[in-house]
Amino acid sequence: MSVATTDATTAGPPQKKAPKKAGLEHRPGLRRWLPYALLAPAVVLELFIHIVPMLVGIWVSFVKLTRIYIANWSQAPGAGLGNYKVAIDFDNAVGEGLLKSFGVTIVFSLVTVGLSWVLGMAAAVALQPAFRGRNLVRTLFLVPYALPAYAGILTWNFMLQRDTGAVNHVLNQLHLTSDRPFWLIGGNALAALITVATWKLWTFAFLTLMAGLQSIPNELYEAASVDGAGNLRQWRNITLPQLRPVNLVLVLVLFLWTFSDFNTPYVLFGTAQPPAGDLITFHIYNASFLTWNFGTGAAMSVLLLIFLMIVTGIYLLVTGRRSRRA
Amino acid sequence: MRLRSLVAAVAATALGVSLAACGGSDSGSDGGSGGDQTLTYWASNQGTSLDNDKQVLTPVLEKFTQETGIKVNLEVIGWNDLQTRIQTAVTSGQAPDVVNIGNTWAASLQATGAFLPFDADALTAIGGKDKFVPTALATGGKEGEDPTSVPLYGLAYGLYYNKAMFAAAGLQPPKTWEEMVSAAQKLTNPAKNQWGMALAAGSYTENVHFAFINGAQNKSDWFDGEGKPTFTTDGNVQGVLRYLDLMQKDKVANPSNAQYDNGTKSVNDFATKKVAMVINQNNADSSIVANGMKAGEYGVVPFPAPAGGEQVASHVAGINLSVFKNTKHKESALKFVKYMTDAGTQTTLGKPFASLPVLKDAKPVFTTDAAEAAIFQDIYNTKSKPLPLVPAEDQFESTVGKAMNNMFAKIATGGTVSADEVKAALKTAEDQVAAGS
Repeated sequence: MSVATTDATTAGPPQKKAPKKAGLEHRPGLRRWLPYALLAPAVVLELFIHIVPMLVGIWVSFVKLTRIYIANWSQAPGAGLGNYKVAIDFDNAVGEGLLKSFGVTIVFSLVTVGLSWVLGMAAAVALQPAFRGRNLVRTLFLVPYALPAYAGILTWNFMLQRDTGAVNHVLNQLHLTSDRPFWLIGGNALAALITVATWKLWTFAFLTLMAGLQSIPNELYEAASVDGAGNLRQWRNITLPQLRPVNLVLVLVLFLWTFSDFNTPYVLFGTAQPPAGDLITFHIYNASFLTWNFGTGAAMSVLLLIFLMIVTGIYLLVTGRRSRRA
Repeated sequence: MRLRSLVAAVAATALGVSLAACGGSDSGSDGGSGGDQTLTYWASNQGTSLDNDKQVLTPVLEKFTQETGIKVNLEVIGWNDLQTRIQTAVTSGQAPDVVNIGNTWAASLQATGAFLPFDADALTAIGGKDKFVPTALATGGKEGEDPTSVPLYGLAYGLYYNKAMFAAAGLQPPKTWEEMVSAAQKLTNPAKNQWGMALAAGSYTENVHFAFINGAQNKSDWFDGEGKPTFTTDGNVQGVLRYLDLMQKDKVANPSNAQYDNGTKSVNDFATKKVAMVINQNNADSSIVANGMKAGEYGVVPFPAPAGGEQVASHVAGINLSVFKNTKHKESALKFVKYMTDAGTQTTLGKPFASLPVLKDAKPVFTTDAAEAAIFQDIYNTKSKPLPLVPAEDQFESTVGKAMNNMFAKIATGGTVSADEVKAALKTAEDQVAAGS
């Protein structure tokens, strides 16, 4: 860090900055501390916003924090691994529920990330060549991302109502269904949830990939055209490899966001969440808040953290090895 | 390598966010620290809307300020948020001075130790315990301990029926479950979107009340003497199934009801004459009238038990008033509780909030229909059984109520639910409660 600071100070216009520069050089102590001083606010904030709550969460997972101790939670007795045992005892109702919810969440995440990426990529590539009204279409595509999440999901909730919703109305008008299916309860709930989550998420994929596309030199495509490569070939052999760094980050971020999505099921289903849409963060919320059993809830959260860390670790290992090979 | 560290940094941040998000949030509750003579009061939603509650309560609170010089800072909180807000307040200590609670939560909240016990002195300060109806006061907390809440508004379930529809079909108001079902079947015509009954089948709080009442009609309890859950008794299973069968076997309720996540929706169907009957607490009156139906167009009878069953028509429903133990204004808070439970205030609020009096010798004022008032008073005084006064009561509500939501959803989407499946669902609920206590 100190090297970078020296670089920055010497790189400035020499005439005007000269007195300041001299001042810094005469006080080596200040120069040594400046980077830390500049970093300190960020470190302190990071500590209090992320690290401390995380540590508290881990602590809670090892104590018996039920209603009896909630008002005076520092007095809660230790539970050892008791909370974890309850959470992963799959013969028990609590563990079984967690396992089912975990399965639902895996399916939900994979499908949502897949759909969002495909849609985002398709739209980004389609809008790459210049045409009249391109910016307008790009702006329109960003609407779901610009809308406040709650407003968007609530609107979906209205549209997916059985008797009064727009979705069933349209389906009936097109004679696609004879009766009016339920969307927010029963087996269709997962499809509804994936649709809404994808609607919310795909524009982020679109935005990121669009930005990535701008950095690919046009000469590559021109050269490929001269060699007779078609659009699909160009996409596979130029676009995809050139976007690889973007895709690596994008897919990971999309997965982590989707896996820990809370707002979508919470706003879409309200208090009546169906088993088919029982995502894990929402499940944990119910396990802690509806039953005042924060210890078990925290243990489930820690298990979720460990799982996501393992997935991320494997992802980094695999992608890292590939990039070294390339 | 640079890419890897970027990915790692992003991943670490996202993981941190996901875990931190599970650590619970502190919603801003600015209680406690105001001026010397300002109380913070969280009221529940009793009227037709949060605004309506505010309009009704504001003059009542102004009168209190005139009489005592104590200001009251009012916040009305909807039922979907109230329990979470109270939890947050208990956890953080950032609590209001006085709060409305659903009386069924009393024993659960008492167990947190965050509320002021109404001991002999405190009871004297609010006008003595003898002013309350004993069954209402009994909901204030666990038996044998000083209650941590006192009754504010009394409520009871009744079966509302549309008089014109019954007369047109030549029907008498039902006295037994069987009569209710056969009347409902006669008044159901799915082709015309006309149904015998509306159920708030997607509301876990409503559903669990009917699980309790139908179980009680079968002489079955949900907890034993030691506070251990006994959800899977035959009486409870059959009681739950009987209620589910209104949609499943008897087909007198629209499957769409499975998405009705609060009682207002089913009451509105009744008020707009889409259904002939609805089972609701007496505060339905304000919504029914707000939707244009007049007193006298509908009648009320006790929610009937099957022939040979126990005559339980309701739980002792209602709203209680609690004081947070860490209040800095204990005396003012008790004065406020006294004021809210005084005969004068009770009469003022009884009509707009359609509540039954919790005071001895008080007359119901929520309706001009004398017969209706008498029936509800009778249900409240003689046909109501209190919900289990055990700390795990709220877990009973959420686990059994949600299990019933899911069973209704299964029925509505074309599935069937057998007695064995009801039993399995109740067993799961029982395991969840056992794991939490």
